[in-house]
Amino acid sequence: MTTLPEPGRKKLGLVIDLDTCVGCHACATNCKEWNTSGHSAPLTDVNAYQAEQRGVWFNRVFSYEVKGGSCGDRTVHFPKNCLHCETPACVTVCPTGASYKRAEDGIVLIDHDKCIGCKLCSWACPYGARELDEDQGVMKKCTLCIDKIYNQNLPEADRVPACVSTCPSKARHFGDLGDPASDVSKLVAARGGFDLMPEQGYAPVSKYLPPRPGKKAAAGTSLTSLAQGNASKPGGFLAFVDRILSR
Amino acid sequence: MHPAYSVIFFTTASGAGFGLLAWLGLFNAFGMLPTTAGFGFAAMALSLGLIGGGLLSSTLHLGRPERFLKAFSQWRSSWLSREGVAAMATMVPAGLLGIGWVFLGRTDGVFAVMGLIAAALAVLTIYTTAMIYRSLPPIRQWHNDLVVPGYLVLGLATGAVLLVALSAVFGVFKPSFGWLAALLTVAAFLTKSAYWTRIDTGKPASTIATATGLGAFAREVRMFEAPHTEENFVMREMGYHVARGHAEKLRGIARILLFAVPLVLVLITLFAPPVPALFAALAAVLSAGVGVVVERWLFFAEATHNSMLFYQR
Repeated sequence: MTTLPEPGRKKLGLVIDLDTCVGCHACATNCKEWNTSGHSAPLTDVNAYQAEQRGVWFNRVFSYEVKGGSCGDRTVHFPKNCLHCETPACVTVCPTGASYKRAEDGIVLIDHDKCIGCKLCSWACPYGARELDEDQGVMKKCTLCIDKIYNQNLPEADRVPACVSTCPSKARHFGDLGDPASDVSKLVAARGGFDLMPEQGYAPVSKYLPPRPGKKAAAGTSLTSLAQGNASKPGGFLAFVDRILSR
Repeated sequence: MHPAYSVIFFTTASGAGFGLLAWLGLFNAFGMLPTTAGFGFAAMALSLGLIGGGLLSSTLHLGRPERFLKAFSQWRSSWLSREGVAAMATMVPAGLLGIGWVFLGRTDGVFAVMGLIAAALAVLTIYTTAMIYRSLPPIRQWHNDLVVPGYLVLGLATGAVLLVALSAVFGVFKPSFGWLAALLTVAAFLTKSAYWTRIDTGKPASTIATATGLGAFAREVRMFEAPHTEENFVMREMGYHVARGHAEKLRGIARILLFAVPLVLVLITLFAPPVPALFAALAAVLSAGVGVVVERWLFFAEATHNSMLFYQR
């Protein structure tokens, strides 16, 4: 059924920290590794080892330059995957019932045996989170590692999405955003977590944490002025070292 | 948005087919069409052929066309599913009308009622097609109030032009068909002009600043590095864009072939002697056919998708 279930209490999702993400692509790589053999297997790559490679990825890491604001001038690495929205139009537009949102935890999934590959769900997603597997002719998307987070064969500590368990800078957090007392909800409240494109009305469950105000921004220095060499001069012992080294 | 030829052919052909069916059903109910089997067969074959050909073509863009039957199941929430159900439902009264018309030589009584039901369902089906596009918030060129009127009036106008040509071929042309086609062509021109003005002047609600959310913390956000070196599915499907200058030229071509030429030719059909009138009517179909394909290609190519904001394209 592609009609949405009654909103449940449990809303599993991710919280991604744009301050600590270093843009290493480990989340995207481990996502591909896990999911190419799980619920959505295979994540087909066409022309995998030559030009015009076309493959299915659930998670892609963007990098942006930001200038002139509270977080100073900096690079922000920006991993993006399905946000498991509360009102996902990608589900309701599906003509076959392949796309669905689970009532028990809010995860948005695809039943690949029902998908006819009409692509309409990918048109309905403003975040570009769904990708067609052109080899299999069906749509694929992030499952929040449904075959990992509930897997009784794994130690409890490992029952988190692949992207979360692999992140070396702890920039990705997984939990129940429907429970205000959960660690992720507290993190969102403490750091001012925000929605992507809230004006689209999809009410994404997963949140992003903003880059922290940079020290340099606090000191009123921009990258441009550093590059031009007119940064504020150090004082005291450092000024002495600076003078010695400048000779 | 990537303009898939299968979808362009489907929406234009079945739009015209449903438009023609609507006029056949309506005019039959008022006894304005001859009950001869030859004309009845040609008219029903043309409208149902265009609809069927369009529907078949639409399955070409599916990844798994053999599962198409599943697409009729989710009419509670999906406009694509509703379109499939409405198209199939239209076939029942249309088929009965055809049986009465071609085999029994009757379009009155119960067959007149079937014609009216088929006409209503045909219009409803064009509406559901338009709603597939109208209901997608990430695409502002589709998610606006002028998309549904555009599809409805273009389906009915191209259907009326077909009726003019068909009736001219069989020598049963009536001035009311011609005036209907002329009026609808003007209405379609006004609707599409308003649509083009709307998408040109409309301001996108989403930007790279709201898409990434970083606009709240920075004055300027721009892409530094794309996720991958190669184009992915989302970029190929959603990232198609036509150059502004080309779009203007193509709009001009659509204005001429879809609106100006058919209007003049239909007026010629109205006032010229039978033989030039026949050629004018057939030329009007050809011109409107090419014009509506250009219009539909632009409808896709000019549509921008919010997912491309992340890629700054």
